[in-house]
This record gives sequence, structure tokens and C-alpha cells, in this order.
Amino acid sequence: MGEMVLLGDEALALGAIDAGISSAYGYPGTPSSEIMEYLLDYSEKNEGLFATWSSNEKTAYEEALGASFVGKRVLVTMKHVGLNVAADPFMNSALLDIKGGLVLAVADDPGMHSSQGEQDSRYFSAFARIMCFEPRNQQECYEMTREAFDISEMFHIPVMIRMVTRLAHSRAVVVPSTPRERNPLAKTDNPKGWMLLPALARRNWSSLLARQADFEKYTTETRYNPLTINRDFRKFGVITSGLGKNYYDEAKKELGSQPSHLHISAYPVPVVKVRELAAAVDKIVVIEEGCTFIEDYLCGYLPQPVEITGKKDGAVPLTGELNPDNIRGALGLAPREGLGTDMEIPGRPPQLCQGCPHADTYAALNEARESFDNSIVTSDIGCYSLGALPPYNAIETIICMGASVGTAKGAAEAGFEPVVAVIGDSTFLHSGISPLIDAVSCRTPMTLVILDNGTVAMTGGQKTILPSSRLQTLLEGIGVEPEHIRTITPLKKHHEENVGIFKTEMNYKGLSVIIALRECLETARKQKKAGGQK
Amino acid sequence: MKYDIILAGVGGQGVLSVAAGIATGAMLQGLKVRQSEVHGMAQRGGAVMSHLRLSDEEIPGDLVGKGNADMILSMEPLEALRYLEYLKPDGKLITASEPVVNIPNYPDEADIMSGVEATGAAVIVDAKTIARESGNMKAANMAMVGAASAYLPVEQSRIEEAIRNMFASKGDKIIEQNINAFKAGRG
Repeated sequence: MGEMVLLGDEALALGAIDAGISSAYGYPGTPSSEIMEYLLDYSEKNEGLFATWSSNEKTAYEEALGASFVGKRVLVTMKHVGLNVAADPFMNSALLDIKGGLVLAVADDPGMHSSQGEQDSRYFSAFARIMCFEPRNQQECYEMTREAFDISEMFHIPVMIRMVTRLAHSRAVVVPSTPRERNPLAKTDNPKGWMLLPALARRNWSSLLARQADFEKYTTETRYNPLTINRDFRKFGVITSGLGKNYYDEAKKELGSQPSHLHISAYPVPVVKVRELAAAVDKIVVIEEGCTFIEDYLCGYLPQPVEITGKKDGAVPLTGELNPDNIRGALGLAPREGLGTDMEIPGRPPQLCQGCPHADTYAALNEARESFDNSIVTSDIGCYSLGALPPYNAIETIICMGASVGTAKGAAEAGFEPVVAVIGDSTFLHSGISPLIDAVSCRTPMTLVILDNGTVAMTGGQKTILPSSRLQTLLEGIGVEPEHIRTITPLKKHHEENVGIFKTEMNYKGLSVIIALRECLETARKQKKAGGQK
Repeated sequence: MKYDIILAGVGGQGVLSVAAGIATGAMLQGLKVRQSEVHGMAQRGGAVMSHLRLSDEEIPGDLVGKGNADMILSMEPLEALRYLEYLKPDGKLITASEPVVNIPNYPDEADIMSGVEATGAAVIVDAKTIARESGNMKAANMAMVGAASAYLPVEQSRIEEAIRNMFASKGDKIIEQNINAFKAGRG
């Protein structure tokens, strides 16, 4: 196979295919979604790969574990906050005797382009005491993913690939290598390695701790953690990770002497190499994408013989993503300036599409709220989060997937009324059902609004895990009173009727659910386009 | 040789198609290319920017530095001004003339145009009219690629080939409309 131009996400997916995966699971989330999109497309055109979206990141991770249990290589994908959802199986899987290679591709979003937080997944890899790769270009996405599968099977651990937005969504040339055969179906021959009964888990935990030295031996020897020492320049040395190296490589051309440099892209941190660098310099500049993961370890709690500078002392900004400009100060380079304008440029925030069904739902909800002295509307993660902005100003909380339901329940049970929770259909299926069962069991006086546009709109229109037609029976099945399950069509011509239904259900002193059912225009347009091409 | 471009516009205007047209043309010519895109929430009617870097040697980073862009190519005049700090003093500012007014505090159009003209040798393209005359309103972005192509280190024929590839699945009529818009944009 020749050169291909791929997004970072796609390069990772191709690396997994060529590493011989048999299965792939995930939940959509920017900037990780294109990994699974690529695999889904591949699995439609080729035999032997089972790829699918799951209800949420936890179910995806557990499904991936099943594939590993029977000896198959498997990729599981999610965004950084998705790993919070999958944290339970993830943390525990570090104690398993992983059989088929299991690689977790998790995409962080420094700068919060499309996320509610900036958390750095490398902490999760250290928390679980597993290994992590951090590629910095598309070729490395491909190669490190292949390497990660080998490492997973060599050390019998899950291995993390940490992506970031800028890499996930930039395109460059990738040169693939010869694909590897898929693993045969063969159940683990060590069932004790998969049963975390306390007695067995204690043994597995000790084993994991004992193997840390092996992991570090690998990260010390691997070509992915290159160290160059310049004995003639002691003033400062540099540690980079991830995309930090790309910006450093461009900036260092302006430095007179080339500093000693350690680039880290395989974790755990290769301590021997860090010490070697520290012995050769008076100061270490740390340029890492994300939080102060490496820097925290370097600084520790006690005074250091070597000065450490980076994000902790503000030499590099502590928040946001790295760029070619904000690393210059730490290297002693002068800022650069381009042209400017005296004009004040107003922001242009993202907004709901013209004709979006959510806009009509919010218009009706806002009008219904006017008939109450006070009310609460909690909301959730999706396109409809944009209802927080003018002209809607319709929602008051955005926390994490599914939180609208539980938060509304808590507020209602604390005595507030009326309380409304607004959640999208995919987010409801992801993690809104469990808190709704809580509300059924407590007969909580609240109204849940499910914005059912039949798709995972925000991340590009993926299919939801259940079709809209199943929502009604699902709600009845968990015990929501059928007469308080209402379906509305969010269109301007139904506005008055919809306002009336909102008011009625908000006045009801029990649990009610309103399904606002209308297809996402963007998804409909795409499907029409795709259909037209066939 | 290194040529850095900031592409700007409003979500939905086809900024990624502009990037793809130039990037593919540059690759057909044998140049190295890095193209950084914006996906997800930011796409929905908001300000969108993309970094496109062309070079005859390896390009380490995805992002263009401040004061380092050889060109700002914008689908919308206000968005052209948003990223001026990236433009080299002798860099080229190319923008479509048609504003997209989807915010309540959109500035006075005359102020925007004088801001654009204050940059020196700005190129203002009536991409909407060109698209209409080419018979396809969606071809405005290829008119902008055409306007840019006069200054890019990429041969016109390579970009035309890229455009033909991009629209290959859409049939000859769409291809020709886009090629016509490209040529008219180039002027």
C-alpha cells in the first residue's frame, strides 16, 4: 500500500487495522469520533472486522475486554471525559491478564475546542499503572498504535494511545507497513487472571506493581523516547512531549546552541533518561501538551538541584493548547507579531442550525416557564447545550453526560418546583436512563424533556443505539406513567399546543417525560446526499 | 520554500473544501502539506479557521505562528480581520466581499472593508457573483481558491486537477461549474 493522506484519527484507525484487530468499540466524542468512523467504513467494505458504536464508554470498554478474553485484538475509542465513564472497567482491567491486545485510544481536548474540561488522560494511565503512547504526527499515530498492540500482548496490560485535538484533526501523509494477521479465537488459559476476587486481585495487583520495572525498561530503551545530550551547552535542556516537540523543533532553529533534549512519547516516564538529562544541564524547560504531568514528577515536593521551568511557573501557559508562539518565552525567544487591526472584532460563537428542532423546543419551553414565578432547567451534553447562549438562554446547567436528569431530581427533592431536565436522545441512552429509574423509584416531581432528533448530532450524525420508536416502550417499561409520557413535534405551527403541554406537565406533581420528536436537519441532509450517491 | 496559509470563514461556508482544494493541488505538485481542521461544536455557524502549511521539506507543526502567514484566505470579511495577527507584514489578505451577519453586534460593513483595505494589498473577491455566474452558488469557495491560486506556490493546472478530483463523483456539470468559478476567481 502506498502513501495515504489521513487525519490523525484515521491514521490511528489504520494502525489498528494493520495490527490485526478483530473488533472495535467506542462512543462518539470530539475529537475521537473519526477513529470509529474510519473503522466502520472499513468494516462495511472488508471481512473480518466487527466495529460498532456502543451505548456509552463503559459498555464499549467492557465489550472490548470480552474480545481480549477470547484472544482477539481489539481497539476501544472515546474522548477524554468518556474515560471518566469507562473508569471502572478501565482501572480494573489493569489487573487482568490481558490476552488479545487491548488498546484504548483516548482523545484529549486541550483548549476545550469541543469539551467541558481539559483533563489529561496521561494521569489515568499512571493511575492504572499501565503504559501510554503519545504520538505527535500522523505517521506516529499509525506506528505507535501497531506498537501498542504488541506491547499489550507482551506485558498483558491494556495500553493507552493519547491523542489530542490538533493531531486528531490534522491531515498529513502516512506510509503504512505490511499488515499483521489477525489472532485466532482462543480463550484465555489463565481464568484466575480475569477474576478479580479480592484474593486473586491482590495477587494480580502485586504482579502489576512488579512489572512496572519492565515497563520502564521498555520506555528507557524505545526509540520513541529519544535523548540527545549537548555537553557544550549547560544553560538549559528541554523535555518535550506530544505536539510540544513539533513546536520546539521549529523554534530551536532560532536558538544559537542546540540544548540537550529528551522527547517523551512512551510512558511510564523513562526516569533514567530524565536523570541523564538533568545531570547535563542547569535548568530543564518542560514543554508538554496538556496538564503538568511530567513537570509534577520532576518537581516533586522537595528542593531540586536543577531548576525546572514550564507551566507551573507560567513560562508556558497552564491552560489551553500549545502553539508555536506560547512556547517561545520559555526558550528565551522574543514574541512575534503580525499585523493587527484597531477594530474590535466581535466573537462569533457556534449556534444552532437554521430550522433546528431544538430551537422550537426551547421557544415553547421558555414561554411555558413564563407562567411560573421561578423554575429550573438543567441540561446536558450535545448540540442543545447551545441553548445556554442567546437568543435562547434556556438552560442553567451543563455538567457531564446524563447529569441533567440526576441534577434535576436532586433539585426537585430539595424542594424546588418546577424542575425540568433537557437531554438529547443519544445522551439519554448513554447515561440518562439510570437516573430516570431513580426518579421513578422516588416518584420525583420533575419533567424530563428528551430532545429526540434521531441522531448523535454534535459529533457528526452517528446512529443512536436505539431508534426513536423504542423510547416510549422503554419509558413505560421502567415505570413512567403512560399518561405522563407526552410526544410533541417541535415546529412553529405547533408552538401554542407545545407550550400547553409543557405547562401541564410542569404543573404535575409527579414524574413526567416529554419527547420532542423531530429529525436533525443536518443528519437528514447528509443521509439524503449519501442516498443520492448510491 | 515554505508557504503558510490561514483559512477563515463561518461554519458551513466550505472552509474545509477550500483547504482540500489547495492541499491536494500542492500534493499533486510534490509538496509536503499539513492541514489542521476544526470539527465538532465549533463548526455550527461559528467562526472557523484552518491552518494550511505547504513546504518542499518536512513540516513539524500543524499551526502557523503569529506574523508568519504568507496568506489569509477568508470566505467572509469580518473573519478576514479576526486573524490579522498571523499575517506577515508583506503577507496577502484575500477575502470574499459578502458578509455573513448572524450575530447581533456585527460591525458596520464600511468599517470592516476599510480595515481590510488598511492591510495594504488586499484582494477582495465578489465570490457570490462569480458563483452565480458559474451556475452553482456552492462554487463560491472555488472562486476563492481561484483568487488565492494567483499567489500560491502551486501551479494552476495542479489545483484544477485537484478540483476535478474533488468533484469527480458529482458529474461533469458540477465539475465544470466549479472549474469555471475557480478560473473566474483567478481573474
